[in-house]
Amino acid sequence: MEVVLQNLTKKFPSRDKKNRGDVIAVSDFTFKIPDGELIGLLGPSGCGKSTTLHLISGLQKPTSGRIFFGEDDVTDLPPENRGIGLVFQNYALYPHLTVKQNILFPLQNLKGKDKLSKEEMLEKAHEAAKLVQIDELMDRKPGQLSGGQQQRVAIARALVKMPRVLLLDEPLSNLDARLRLQTREEIRRIQRETKITTIFVTHDQEEAMSISDRIVVMKDGVVHQIGKPQDVYDDPANLFVAKFLGTPPINVFDGQIRDGRLYIGEDEVLDVKGISEREVYVGIRPEGFLLQENGPMRCKLSRVEVMGRDISVVAENKASLNPTIRAIIGTENNVNMQQGMVRFALLPRKVLLFDKKTEERIKF
Amino acid sequence: MMKKILKNSSAKGWLYLLPALLFLGIFMVYPLIDVFIYSFEEGYNSASQTYFGVGSYNYSYVLHDPYFLQAVNNTFLLVIITVPLSTGIALLISVGLNSIKPLRNLFQTVYFLPYVTNTLAVGLVFMILFKKTAYSDGFINLIINWFGGASVDFIEGPYWAKMFVLCFYTIWVVMPFKILILTSALASVNQEYYNAAKVDGTSKARTFIRITLPMISPMIFYLVITGFIGAFKAYSDVVALFGTNLNAAEMNTIVGYVYDMLYGDSGGYPSYAAAAAIILFAIVLTITCINLLISKKNVHY
Ligand SMILES: Nc1ncnc2c1ncn2[C@@H]1O[C@H](COP(=O)(O)OP(=O)(O)OP(=O)(O)O)[C@@H](O)[C@H]1O
Ligand SMILES: [Mg+2]
Repeated sequence: MEVVLQNLTKKFPSRDKKNRGDVIAVSDFTFKIPDGELIGLLGPSGCGKSTTLHLISGLQKPTSGRIFFGEDDVTDLPPENRGIGLVFQNYALYPHLTVKQNILFPLQNLKGKDKLSKEEMLEKAHEAAKLVQIDELMDRKPGQLSGGQQQRVAIARALVKMPRVLLLDEPLSNLDARLRLQTREEIRRIQRETKITTIFVTHDQEEAMSISDRIVVMKDGVVHQIGKPQDVYDDPANLFVAKFLGTPPINVFDGQIRDGRLYIGEDEVLDVKGISEREVYVGIRPEGFLLQENGPMRCKLSRVEVMGRDISVVAENKASLNPTIRAIIGTENNVNMQQGMVRFALLPRKVLLFDKKTEERIKF
Repeated sequence: MMKKILKNSSAKGWLYLLPALLFLGIFMVYPLIDVFIYSFEEGYNSASQTYFGVGSYNYSYVLHDPYFLQAVNNTFLLVIITVPLSTGIALLISVGLNSIKPLRNLFQTVYFLPYVTNTLAVGLVFMILFKKTAYSDGFINLIINWFGGASVDFIEGPYWAKMFVLCFYTIWVVMPFKILILTSALASVNQEYYNAAKVDGTSKARTFIRITLPMISPMIFYLVITGFIGAFKAYSDVVALFGTNLNAAEMNTIVGYVYDMLYGDSGGYPSYAAAAAIILFAIVLTITCINLLISKKNVHY
């Protein structure tokens, strides 16, 4: 099912007596989600991710804007008629019902021509349980399950009625690191198998990047960029997106453009043709640094961290906005680094320039 | 030696409980045993502190006493009518209160008034509502008359009318407490369960039966048990409504019978009183056990 959001806006009246302005949780969100894709909705806490999901599910009404499922305008449809599956942040499994009863619950609600016989319901419930590999736990209560198992029950409950759209609100936030990795792969597998259009909310950029067909980066209710994960990473629209994506995060410096050359501090680091002279922010991805004996960029070495596959060089530079910068270098550059100065050459496509005022990207 | 006891953790637990157990023993268990002994001492005379013999005559007397049978009958009627009704009505009102946001606090205060009002004062109000005097037939009768019915004497009239007043009164008095408990139980059900149910397309009725009721079932169960016990112990309300001569009014309760046997006009029979008290104890114990058994199946903690 294709999902279309058209100028979707949600304002909450402000409770604060002094500050009369409304809280704009989602602002003018327009996006056409292609059928069968997995979309990662990404942004810092409070940016309006849950609100967006609630708008799509119908639990909240938009202040303005429209929502379409395929051809149908569902903006005024109550949630029960939208045919969505929603996995809540803390699962919201009914604690007094067994796993089986929980999964059966949505099926038992079907009325009229959709009504199923007991056997059909059981069969569907078992199918859904098998898909998420919990068919052995059917007679347990949610309280007797681990976090990961509960999460899979919640997914099974959302999937069992074959929803037109599946919505997941930070479903992995309660899991430990290993289980997170495992379950996110599972979500990806289930989504591929069922081909249900899925929106996955997270504030973990790595999670979003790894499983999404497309990611949406939000901040303060405003969508900053939509695109394939790799494209958004390589080609961020502004400084916020660049900073938000990537671990370790991008290194940001104050820089100047003079005579078509980029300067960081006193060092002339790169040729940038065709940009007028001005002050800029320079973002350099950790993998954009190359160790070079006569490299143009000079930094003071703090320490070297060996992390198995890679070496992480931590250094200081006066022009950096953060106290330290971090460069990732493959172990094949088996350089013997002493305390003192370290020099880098830069990979041009890992260097991103941003306007000082608007923080928008300047392409070169 | 003390150290050894303290090392054993269950002994430690008992040690901490000791003061409470001591008090419970002196003020709860000892009197109970004493009453139990009294109930088997035949012909006990409180003045000379003597008795003829030991046997079950006291029980046989009480069980054949028409006043006692009347009291048992009244008590059971009261329990069977008021406990389900008051719990049901309280549930309805709580659900209503829970769904209206404005004025909720005001309503809660209003419903709570009977709870903080003295029983006897409330009884007086009920007298005004129901009692026939030389000047008026009572407020309720005025309404009945207005609808074209004939006046009923609720306080000294037919049995059913008196029973009605008693049940009405009992329900009204226990209502605030039940509403208070149920509204807070309802409010504590996580909104997310309702959202999940909504997304799954659950109807309102089904949401209530399959989600709300099970979620608040421990509280409902608590109210039913305390309701049973409270209604079995009914006495002061009855006095407030019908005066102290309850046997004559056919409105006595088991506790009333016990009191009459001790201090009433025809009183002075502690053995009979003890036997009646033990019978009441046995009834309440049995019913509570049955309740517990039923709840094992239907209450979700
Ligand atoms: N019912 C509400 N009333 C008023 N303001 C609200 C309400 N719900 C959300 N908000 C505000 O809207 C903004 C977006 O909230 P939302 O829950 O969508 O954030 P989020 O992106 O899901 O954050 P998180 O990652 O912490 O879950 C926040 O500033 C929040 O305070
Ligand atoms: Mg959220």
